[in-house]
This record gives sequence, C-alpha cells and structure tokens, in this order.
Amino acid sequence: MSDTLKIGKHEFKSRLIVGTGKYATFPLMAEALDASGADVVTVAVRRVNLTDRSKESLLDFIDRKRYTLLPNTAGCYSADDAIRAARLGREVGFSDLVKLEVLGDEQTLLPDPVETLKATEVLVKEGFTVWTYTSDDPIMAKRLESAGAAAVMPAGAPIGSGQGILNRNNILIILETLKCPVIVDAGVGTASDVAVAMEMGCEGVLLNTGIAGAEDPVKMARAMKLAVEAGRLAWQAGRIPKKLYAKASSPAEGVIAPKRL
Amino acid sequence: MRVSVNDEAREVAPGTTLAQFIAGMKLGGLRVAVERNFNIVPREQYDATTLEEGDRIEVVTFVGGG
Repeated sequence: MSDTLKIGKHEFKSRLIVGTGKYATFPLMAEALDASGADVVTVAVRRVNLTDRSKESLLDFIDRKRYTLLPNTAGCYSADDAIRAARLGREVGFSDLVKLEVLGDEQTLLPDPVETLKATEVLVKEGFTVWTYTSDDPIMAKRLESAGAAAVMPAGAPIGSGQGILNRNNILIILETLKCPVIVDAGVGTASDVAVAMEMGCEGVLLNTGIAGAEDPVKMARAMKLAVEAGRLAWQAGRIPKKLYAKASSPAEGVIAPKRL
Repeated sequence: MRVSVNDEAREVAPGTTLAQFIAGMKLGGLRVAVERNFNIVPREQYDATTLEEGDRIEVVTFVGGG
C-alpha cells in the first residue's frame, strides 16, 4: 500500500530530497522545506564562525523530529577530504547517512569518479549509508553500486545549471542496470524536469537551486512536490507507447458523415 | 601556550581541557563536531582531553547546503 523510499535500512515517505543552501533567509528556507513535503534535507559541514557568534543557526530552523538530515561532503576534491567531512558530519548529526560528493573541477562541479569510488569503498566499510553523487555514466554507476553505495545519484545536468536531464539514455541504462535506488541529483530546473526523472523510474530526485533560486521558492517547492508525485504515479501507471500515427479516441462506427472512399 | 582553532591562533593556559576551551567559544546550543590534530574527539571525551602546545583544533557544524 505505502510507496516509500527505502535507502539502506532507512525508509522515507517523500521521494523528494531538498537542499538547505542558497536561501535569502532561514525562515524562507523553513517555509520552502515545509511546502516541498520532503522528509530528508541535505546540509553541509563547515567550520564554525569564531568571530561572529551572533548569527542564527541553520538547525534552529529545521525540526529534527520532522526532517532527517543528510550531511553532504560538498566542497571536497579528494577522497580523503570527503571521508573526513563525512566522519565530522556523523559526529555533528549522530547519523550514518552521508551524501558523498567528491568534485573534480571548480567550474563544472562534475564529480571525480576515481576519488568518488575510493571514498565510497571506505565509507561503506565504516558503516555509513552512502548516497553517492556521480555523473550519468552507467559504468561508473555500476561500480558505485558494487562498492556498496546505498543509493546512486547521477546528475541530470551540472550542479545549479537548471538544464534538466541532458542524457535520458544514460539515466535509462543506469535504471536498467542497477538494483539499488537511483536518484537524480542536480541540474533540475523546474517541475517538468522532476516529472521526467520520476516517469523514467527514478526512485527520487534531490535538488536545491531549483527551489532556492526560484523567484518564489515556496511556490516552486510545492510544484516540485507535486511533480515528484505526478511522475511517480505516471511511472506506476505505465504510459502508452509513443506511435508515429494517430489513433482515434472516438468510435469509428456510426459516424454520420459519408465514408471517405 | 598556543593552539590553533579553525586555523586561527589562540593563547590558552596550560592544562586547559577541551571542554573548557569549547565552553569559552560561547557556542550556545550549537551542535558541533571537534577534531584535534585531524582526529575526531567524541563529546564524552572533551572533559578528559587536555590541550597541548601546537594542537590543531577544528570545530565544525552544519550550514545550508545541497
């Protein structure tokens, strides 16, 4: 009956995972998180600001009873740095969940596949439930699954680019090849991009900028929530095949006009 | 004696424990993780950990991210 998202030993109601970055204010973020219906929200691990302790804390605006925190390793460019960030995130949050992100380049923010695989292997051994961000390369996705990633998360397009899913074929191959949950992470610009991912059979979508950067983040959060639900339902319902020619919806018999010869 | 915290130099009295040092940072209820010389120190060991000259302390928390 219930159609939940299962990642490792964890289970979530919503298939939309949202980020907490780039919001103008914390209250706006809180309102957008609420509208998104997400159960899992990503956070980053950063140094405490020692000189200015007056700033409000992100965690004051996230109800820990409602949301599961998914600490990321964003900003790390080597397996060692990412492993260190993951361990620190576990210590702050008391959770084995980590969104592993090892980047290769500052301009593209594309993942470094070699370092990503190394870090996945180590973190899996250390008992983490690893949600691994990767490119849309089907072979790499398979390698990450074999290394024990609990979820493999190919980018639809580069982080923050809002281009949607650039290579549907690769995502389809990944979906066909992997048994673990596949979640499209990054590059999603608007609700239809989310729906496309879900209609293809992805288990979920993770996004941040698509909501936080919208003119009205709260409205966009709701749009994304509905798109995930609509896309999931369409996937479950089984779409009609695409055909070249038309097929009438009304009966061909009893038409009052004379038959065309 | 000198230690560094998040790459900033700090002067602390010899014998200062990590618990005292963290309390002095006035973090309020902020949830943090602490590394000493690149090794995580679990919360329950703050009291038993005495800082030493040249220690490198990292104090991190969660911020908004995607």
